Amino acid sequence: MLAKWTKRLEDVQEFEKEPVPSSKWKSWGSFLGMYAGEHTAGTEFVIGPLFVAHGVGALELVLGLFFGNLLAVLSWAFLTAPIATRERITLYYKLEKICGSNLTTLYNLVNALMFCFLAGSMIAVSATAVGIPFNLPMAELSDWLPNSVSWIVIVLIVGAVTTVVAMLGYDQVSRFANLAAPWLPLVFIAAAIAVLPELGVHSVGEFWSVAKAKIWTGVPLENQSQFTFWHVLFFAWFCNMAMHIGMADLSVLRYAKRWTAGFASAGGMYVGHYFAWLASGILYAVFLQVSNNSLEFAPGPIAYYAAGLAGAVCVIIAGWTTANPTIYRAGLAVQAVLPKSRTWKVTLIVGAVTTLAACFPALVMRLLDFVALYGLLLMPMGAIIFIDYWIFPKIGLQSNLASIRKLGWNWAAALTWFLTLGTCFAINQFMGIEIFFLGLPGWFIAVFLYIVLSFIVQRNRPAVA
Amino acid sequence: MKNIYGLIAITGLALTLIPSILVFTGAMTNATHKWLMTLGMILWFGGALGYRKTLRST
Repeated sequence: MLAKWTKRLEDVQEFEKEPVPSSKWKSWGSFLGMYAGEHTAGTEFVIGPLFVAHGVGALELVLGLFFGNLLAVLSWAFLTAPIATRERITLYYKLEKICGSNLTTLYNLVNALMFCFLAGSMIAVSATAVGIPFNLPMAELSDWLPNSVSWIVIVLIVGAVTTVVAMLGYDQVSRFANLAAPWLPLVFIAAAIAVLPELGVHSVGEFWSVAKAKIWTGVPLENQSQFTFWHVLFFAWFCNMAMHIGMADLSVLRYAKRWTAGFASAGGMYVGHYFAWLASGILYAVFLQVSNNSLEFAPGPIAYYAAGLAGAVCVIIAGWTTANPTIYRAGLAVQAVLPKSRTWKVTLIVGAVTTLAACFPALVMRLLDFVALYGLLLMPMGAIIFIDYWIFPKIGLQSNLASIRKLGWNWAAALTWFLTLGTCFAINQFMGIEIFFLGLPGWFIAVFLYIVLSFIVQRNRPAVA
Repeated sequence: MKNIYGLIAITGLALTLIPSILVFTGAMTNATHKWLMTLGMILWFGGALGYRKTLRST
């Protein structure tokens, strides 16, 4: 048995340093399942309620999610997928060609750390469901540190299982996500429909007035900031910014037969980031009503209250289906730093870091801010790839500079990354613009800086074919 | 066999969603709805796994 598993792990082949061969290409349906599974995740049980906590109005939420998710799908389809299906290499290998191995190493470490934290939040969400039979004390909105030993033990168990699945590679992850994908959103929706009478909704016609009065009231909870239509739109667009505009999904969409597979992301956006967020917001509103506005914040018990055992299992599986590909992506990032190590060994280390991070409830309570920060940190490299691929050949600048000139560190790319983040930080600090809105100006700043800095770095040295 | 597994899986999905609508209309209690959702979950995963297995073997 052990020998069989070891062989299977050794056989995992993810084409880290070569284009994916056509025999391994997948149809768009495979990505539809993957995106739907990945974005109907444990974190949806957190994000929907946090919109309620931040006092979003009903109309603002419905419209903000519609347009924000549309922009996200278009970003995947028109920014990420065309490059992914032309190059068919991982994000990390592409960055190595443009930025050089040393800068890519730095990027990979930042990226892997962010992925670990993100996957950690999903493991923490799953743990709130696993802890139900053990009467696990749940964290409150203001908690940052673990509040019991039993919490840590349960997180460790959930993290270990998630890591083992991720170690088995992309095929296993894809298979598991596809299996759960049709069932997960139905549980979200069914749970929300079943609790509507408790809010006073007994017919479809009563829903909107109750939604405005009792669910998305436009009034934030105590000590929570006020969110508007623009917060919702930009959050829905940029919550996966690292994946689409930041180009992290080059590593996934390189398996697609055609670039139009990018539109399959709509499965994730409109099922997970629309209906699941609305549904989990409804569940949280019922929880607030039943608990008399308790500050306790635990998706597992909330889902269990609404849908029984199926709700709790849904939270666990929803956490897994997102944590798995996220740990897998983090493993790829670290593997690019340590190319001689086996994928499964790297994934094991990444899983351990992720599980450790999951012990801290802060990851869940400040999830909106963390997700926005994570996208912003990685976004400039996506802008660099986009410009390097599409614009540089047209303006006589050298694409894949580091690869052509055997550079370990492309200063134009490095300064673009650092100066963009520095400028965004300054805009945040001195102009008071919240982190949710910085991605858009940040992308244009990165584009401008990369072109100007590349002209300076490449002056007097013509591009070669 | 494939069709039987498919039918089991679809029944599982139906038992996940339809009881909630019956609770909404007042035709079913919450407790029954939760039991049926659990049954739906078991049927879905059992049926979907079996369906996939028969697809692979053919």
